[in-house]
Amino acid sequence: MKEYALILISTILVNNYVLVKFLGLCPFMGVSRKLETAMGMGLATTFVLTLSCICAYLTDHYLLIPLGLEYLRTIAFILVIAVVVQFTEMVVHKTSPVLYQALGIYLPLITTNCAVLGAALLNVQERHDFIASALYGFGAAVGFSLVMVLFAAMRERIVVADVPVHFRGPAITLITAGLMSLAFMGFSGLVRG
Amino acid sequence: MMIAIFALGALAGASGLLLGFAAIRFKVEGDPIVEKIEAVLPQTQCGQCGYAGCKPYAEAIAAGEAEINLCPPGGANGVAALADLLGREIPPLNGGTGAEKPKMVAVIDEQSCIGCTLCIQACPVDAILGAAKHMHTVIARECTGCELCVAPCPVDCIHMTPIAETITTWKWAYPGAAVRAAA
Repeated sequence: MKEYALILISTILVNNYVLVKFLGLCPFMGVSRKLETAMGMGLATTFVLTLSCICAYLTDHYLLIPLGLEYLRTIAFILVIAVVVQFTEMVVHKTSPVLYQALGIYLPLITTNCAVLGAALLNVQERHDFIASALYGFGAAVGFSLVMVLFAAMRERIVVADVPVHFRGPAITLITAGLMSLAFMGFSGLVRG
Repeated sequence: MMIAIFALGALAGASGLLLGFAAIRFKVEGDPIVEKIEAVLPQTQCGQCGYAGCKPYAEAIAAGEAEINLCPPGGANGVAALADLLGREIPPLNGGTGAEKPKMVAVIDEQSCIGCTLCIQACPVDAILGAAKHMHTVIARECTGCELCVAPCPVDCIHMTPIAETITTWKWAYPGAAVRAAA
């Protein structure tokens, strides 16, 4: 039980995917302009990441390892993730049009989010069991959503702030991201002892 | 090697089957009434109804947000056809959005055209050919007669000419709708 709690804290704060491992930077920069879209993206990513980690684990353990095909992991995981995203989109479209509209374009975009593939591959690397894999994916996604929402809220304020001319636009955004990353690196102090 | 190919092939095949099944099982029907309404509208894309084109207007009608009598190019026949499709009373054409006119096409007076491209940008159906500082002309077969190009022209060289009824342009009027409108 303690191990699972540690996995969650580790992925959400200490080894945050975006700010410490630098995975999934594209949506982090691209979709964080508004708080609402950031939340939508975070929600969709959480759902897909958890599900794809589970599916990737199953594929790995019941298909790739028994056949000795570990070297095909990357391509097999990409395939599984793409299928999961597509399937999720269809099901959501049918069952909940409201949610489908809220997630909108972000759902298919997640296919190309490297954090999703990264989580699946790191699961294998760290030799997680089934529950740990699912929790690892879920924690990574919660960390991603947390950082997205924080960053989007900051960007909304920066837009109306009086920024020096040379720092306006992408420059101040990148600097903010860098400072946030520094702050999150500080969480590695949690692990000591 | 062969095992790898078969394993990946099987995985891909299974995924394909799953997605194919999902596509059928979770099929989402588009709103069919929108397409039926759009088929009745004249496709001039003129925007006189207050919507961005025929499809948005069809969607607004289907959603109950718009009246069915806002389309001047469709004329009384069009309103009657819409009322027939939707099972409503036939309202008179709403004069506020424009009067019914005979079918027309835009013609550019090529002597006066200065090649400003403003009419090209205004045309919703890309029926105007030309380039900056070169003479423009209207492809008569593509022109829907929406008049959107008339106002932007800075030298007023575009005018609308009614299409003369020839053997190739003459069409039967919609008989059912016309009869019902008269009744």
